Amino acid sequence: MVVKRKRKERIDRGIKARSDDIFALTSFREMLYVAVPPVLPVLLLLVLPLVLPLYWKKVLISAAVFALLAMSWDFIAAVGMVSLGQALFFGMGAYTTGVLDHYAGLPIWLSIPLATVIGGFLSAILLLPVIRLRGVYFSMVTLVLPLMIERIIEATALFGGTEGITGIQSFPNQWVEVYLVLVVLLLCLFGFRRLMTSDYGLVLKAVSDNDRAVMSAGINIYWSKAQALFIAGSVGSFCGAYLTHVYMFVGMPAFALDYSILPLASAVVGGMGTFAGSVMGAMILVPLSEALRGVGGLRTVIYAISLVVFIVALPEGIFHYIQRKYHQFERWVEVEG
Amino acid sequence: MVETSQTESPQPLLRVKELSKSFGGVRAVVAVSFDLYPGELLGVIGPNGSGKTTLVNLITGLVKPDAGLVEYQGRNITGWMPYRVARLGIARTFQMVRPFAALPAFKNLIIPLFSPRVRSLSGGKYGDRDSVAKDLLEEVGFERDSSVTYKPAGSLPHGYLKRLELAKCLALRPDLIILDELFSGLSIAELAGILPIIEKLLVGGTTIIMIEHRLRELFRIANRVVVLNYGRVIAQGKPADVMEQPDVKEAYLGTE
Ligand SMILES: Nc1ncnc2c1ncn2[C@@H]1O[C@H](COP(=O)(O)OP(=O)(O)O)[C@@H](O)[C@H]1O
Ligand SMILES: [Mg+2]
Repeated sequence: MVVKRKRKERIDRGIKARSDDIFALTSFREMLYVAVPPVLPVLLLLVLPLVLPLYWKKVLISAAVFALLAMSWDFIAAVGMVSLGQALFFGMGAYTTGVLDHYAGLPIWLSIPLATVIGGFLSAILLLPVIRLRGVYFSMVTLVLPLMIERIIEATALFGGTEGITGIQSFPNQWVEVYLVLVVLLLCLFGFRRLMTSDYGLVLKAVSDNDRAVMSAGINIYWSKAQALFIAGSVGSFCGAYLTHVYMFVGMPAFALDYSILPLASAVVGGMGTFAGSVMGAMILVPLSEALRGVGGLRTVIYAISLVVFIVALPEGIFHYIQRKYHQFERWVEVEG
Repeated sequence: MVETSQTESPQPLLRVKELSKSFGGVRAVVAVSFDLYPGELLGVIGPNGSGKTTLVNLITGLVKPDAGLVEYQGRNITGWMPYRVARLGIARTFQMVRPFAALPAFKNLIIPLFSPRVRSLSGGKYGDRDSVAKDLLEEVGFERDSSVTYKPAGSLPHGYLKRLELAKCLALRPDLIILDELFSGLSIAELAGILPIIEKLLVGGTTIIMIEHRLRELFRIANRVVVLNYGRVIAQGKPADVMEQPDVKEAYLGTE
């Protein structure tokens, strides 16, 4: 007697194989297949501010900032540096723009770009002494550094001490405010994705893969890592500078643990190594956290549980999961046995 | 023919003096000294664990010596970082081949091709790295336009990995290359393919240090050999002479 069993198969959509080569696109439908994944989310992101109420517009801004921090985290993680201290980058940018605004009286369109570059530079300089540390040792230092700076500001009353600096310029209007961060988000997303497939990005990734081989190939891995820290630090510093002008205030909370942990969670939940995953993660986790505000005391618990659920259910990250589903379909086939 | 090079050129390319390194209680390399002259092929042989790989690591900077001196072109490079050593034109292969597995084979060569040494040798420009990489692979015996060139390096058979390792070395356009058991695990046929590449390098003036267990192949091309045992040099000289020494017979041949 023949027993019929069913087996699940996973098959690449025919177009998947072909779309790797741009010339293979033969129909409008196939072009859509390739164009929809990047274009649709971009349009959605750009339309959202037009339809969201003010409160949720602020949540979108916050999510965009955490998405940028998450991409910054993902970038240096790809170079083998697991940071537990994105708050360092954030705080550096926040205080730099605060100082440039308050003490030097620079206009906002100068203080933000300057803070982005100076903050990135300072972040890289601060981490330079530990750039040779590997794995968990590097992570520990990044975790401690922002907390240490917080205490130093408190103890020395530097830049307003516990009071911080108030009365910082705001954006001319809410449209500039929201679209600036969204445009920077998109630039970083596509910029990072492009960078990592370039030869430069390839070398950076190789550093985390096998640093001895990269060194023996004549490449100064510490210089590469320093450059990566500068790039990631600049992105993080932009976030700090930007939010400082949104809040019109900078203070010790700029170095708070939130700015370290939430980006990491976003990147992991969304899917590491893709940057799009970081954005997705932040766009889910930040609004979720806001929506839970109504719940009261159990908010953190629910939040933590949903984090765990995401990670257990989709260990590859949301982005990788969706990508896989988009390019493959599954079907049941009968097997005889 | 080649043996005259020792007496004719007074300046050695590489000079290793009293180099020592211990790991905890293990004396991996003990007061090793030798000179290497331009255009020579020096064989380094010795039983497993005799310190050959450690010696390579000491010269190329992956391991810092406890004592001793490494001089390259008269310059003291002891304890330099590996990337600085590589920039001088010293390239090495690894005994344990560990390619960048996810990258296509030819993309593995982008890393050395991205180095400042290659840029300055090409007059400040990097050029088309992909095509240089494919040329290099062809040079070490990848068939032109074969699919192997484009396969992820992690999926390559051992013989190709070894050749890829050699190509990574050559990408730096080195003056001195150090091959750490390049021939190990290769079939006779694969050896027959790779030996002419080494000989061609020698003819082109590249100086080579070759760590090798395959003595027959080594002795065919080596000018001199250094024999290590328990980290010490127990003999050095012409291959045929060295193998006559009782110490060597006991330490090395005794185990084969
Ligand atoms: N990084 C290391 N840490 C500790 N011991 C090591 C290390 N590298 C090599 N050794 C020891 O040094 C000795 C020589 O090793 P090695 O240079 O690899 O020999 P060979 O290449 O001749 O087989 C061995 O006893 C090995 O265990
Ligand atoms: Mg060895």
